[in-house]
Amino acid sequence: MGEILPVAAIDAAHVEGALPRDERRGPVTRRRERSILASVALHGTLIVAVFIALFPVIWVLLSSLKPRTEIVRSNIELFNSPTLDNYRAVLTETNFPTWFLNSVIVAGFTMVIGITMSASAGYALARFNFAGKRGLMWVFLITQMFPVAILIVPIYTIMANLGLIDTKLSLIIAYCSTAVPFCAWMMKGYFETIPKELDEAAALDGLGPFATFYRVILPLAKPGIAVTAFYTFLTAWGEVAYAIAFIQTDNKLTLGAGLQQFVPQFNQRWELLTPAAILILIPAALVFFFAQRHLVAGLTAGGTKG
Amino acid sequence: MTATAPALADEKRPTPDKPRGRLRRTYDRSWFAWAMVIPTVVVLGVLVLFPLVQGVYQSFTNLNEANQSSEICTKTLGGGEECRPNPKQQKFVGLENYKRILTGETGKFWLQFTNTIVWTVSCVFFHYTIGLGLAVMLNRKFKGRGLYRVLLIVPWAVPAFVSAFAWRFLFNQNFGLINAVIRSVGLDPVEWFAHRWTALFTAIVTNIWLGVPFMMVAILGGLQSIDGDVYEAAEMDGASAWQRFRHITMPGLRPVSATVILLGTIWTFNMFPIIFFVTGGEPAGKSEILVTGAFRAAFEGLRNYSLAASYGVIILSLLIVFASVYRRVMKTQGEVF
Repeated sequence: MGEILPVAAIDAAHVEGALPRDERRGPVTRRRERSILASVALHGTLIVAVFIALFPVIWVLLSSLKPRTEIVRSNIELFNSPTLDNYRAVLTETNFPTWFLNSVIVAGFTMVIGITMSASAGYALARFNFAGKRGLMWVFLITQMFPVAILIVPIYTIMANLGLIDTKLSLIIAYCSTAVPFCAWMMKGYFETIPKELDEAAALDGLGPFATFYRVILPLAKPGIAVTAFYTFLTAWGEVAYAIAFIQTDNKLTLGAGLQQFVPQFNQRWELLTPAAILILIPAALVFFFAQRHLVAGLTAGGTKG
Repeated sequence: MTATAPALADEKRPTPDKPRGRLRRTYDRSWFAWAMVIPTVVVLGVLVLFPLVQGVYQSFTNLNEANQSSEICTKTLGGGEECRPNPKQQKFVGLENYKRILTGETGKFWLQFTNTIVWTVSCVFFHYTIGLGLAVMLNRKFKGRGLYRVLLIVPWAVPAFVSAFAWRFLFNQNFGLINAVIRSVGLDPVEWFAHRWTALFTAIVTNIWLGVPFMMVAILGGLQSIDGDVYEAAEMDGASAWQRFRHITMPGLRPVSATVILLGTIWTFNMFPIIFFVTGGEPAGKSEILVTGAFRAAFEGLRNYSLAASYGVIILSLLIVFASVYRRVMKTQGEVF
């Protein structure tokens, strides 16, 4: 959406309150004096923010180590007879391992297919002028507006007609359709930051457009691909509505749909839910760990250009 | 995007001396481009546009679980099947569904509508302001900012339904940590899920926690694209921190802000799992937003597909109106996208 405008440069000229030359020293030294206090405030705020960001996760982790009776007690202690029994129970006595495997398969395929589709679409949008390009960009934005509620019934019908209800494939296809538009948009922005001269040089060396894309540009687009991987994986890993609607057999459920069996209206089994939640976080954390260093660079390009 | 239109026009105009070569090249390039775009277009066409058209059509019918098949087949004694047309087949009912929804005859549209507005506005407002604040802090150079950044993005990596369960656990009336803290200061524990606004409050807190990292990362990227020299020049001229923020940071962030606020609004408006799992609509459906209301209409009890489709069309229309108004406002302020 709109290139970054040199607005900042223009506005700087209008900054009010410019001080005369001899008064300049004052504020500068005062700033330095203040900076110890300022940095205490800075670190203080950030530590509070980090605490809030991590706390729910840590709390669930601590709770998952408590026996059932301690979890539901109203006197709360951080640690209380820690045990791994809950983990053993969730891994051996429930369908959780099956759901977990299903989710890994669904999220893995969504990620691979999603990256392939959005990278190639993003490249085409970034490099070529072709009929229908502008329209396609708008379609990408508008697809973000479609509520699950309006799509879920017709998609359900289509899947039923294709005989895909109750299969993992139905979920993979549905998740790709949700994640790809945003990712293609992001990838387009990222490809635009890679100089066009590289493509031209590759073409002069006799590479066709596909080879140029695959062998020259794609290796340079790692940050963009990392963000796409992160986004597509999380979309599939955490989706619930389609999973509940499409999957009917218990051992084909994915995590999002399966987990709610632990906390029905009555007799909620928090001692199963808390270890399950921690186990679910592990793959997400792995993907996050590999993607995080690229997140800012990858997302920026996509977010500021369109 | 802005520069493509004239270029496109140029390519299409055949030049008198080499018309064929020119056209040919355009065609070739289009061909490659389309080959790369086609998988996405097909998937979107089949799974977004076609269902959309079908959904809009369904919203004018009375399709539900009971009348969806055009034939009713019954097993005969011999083991064969006998089929005859379904007497209660779905039929076109015009605006009936919309009338029922908007007049409140079925469901609680206006309650859910108010909830959705409160939910979206407060979530996006806090996402943006908190995200902006954190991003501005992280954009300074100091020791350990890489670590802060990684730790602050963590909520983004937590799947929405897991954070929903985690917060529901924290807000639990009897053994939740938040009530324990409230009790320890000597106040009465709050029955979070027994009142409409407290229930909605828990969901909003959860979603703010979940959504801040995306905003923070996007804004941080935007901040890094602002030229550092401009700040230095302004500081030389004696601009205060607030003036620098007001006159350099904010205008410099406009393109990013415009995009993330639009996307954030759309995403929050349609955010399904948080409400569904944190409040579950408690008490008695009073904390439901439009999306979860539509889902319940479609997949709980007697599945009323047409009603859900009408809900969906209403949601979509609201968002389209919002997006075009938003775009127009941005345009008047000089931002075109």
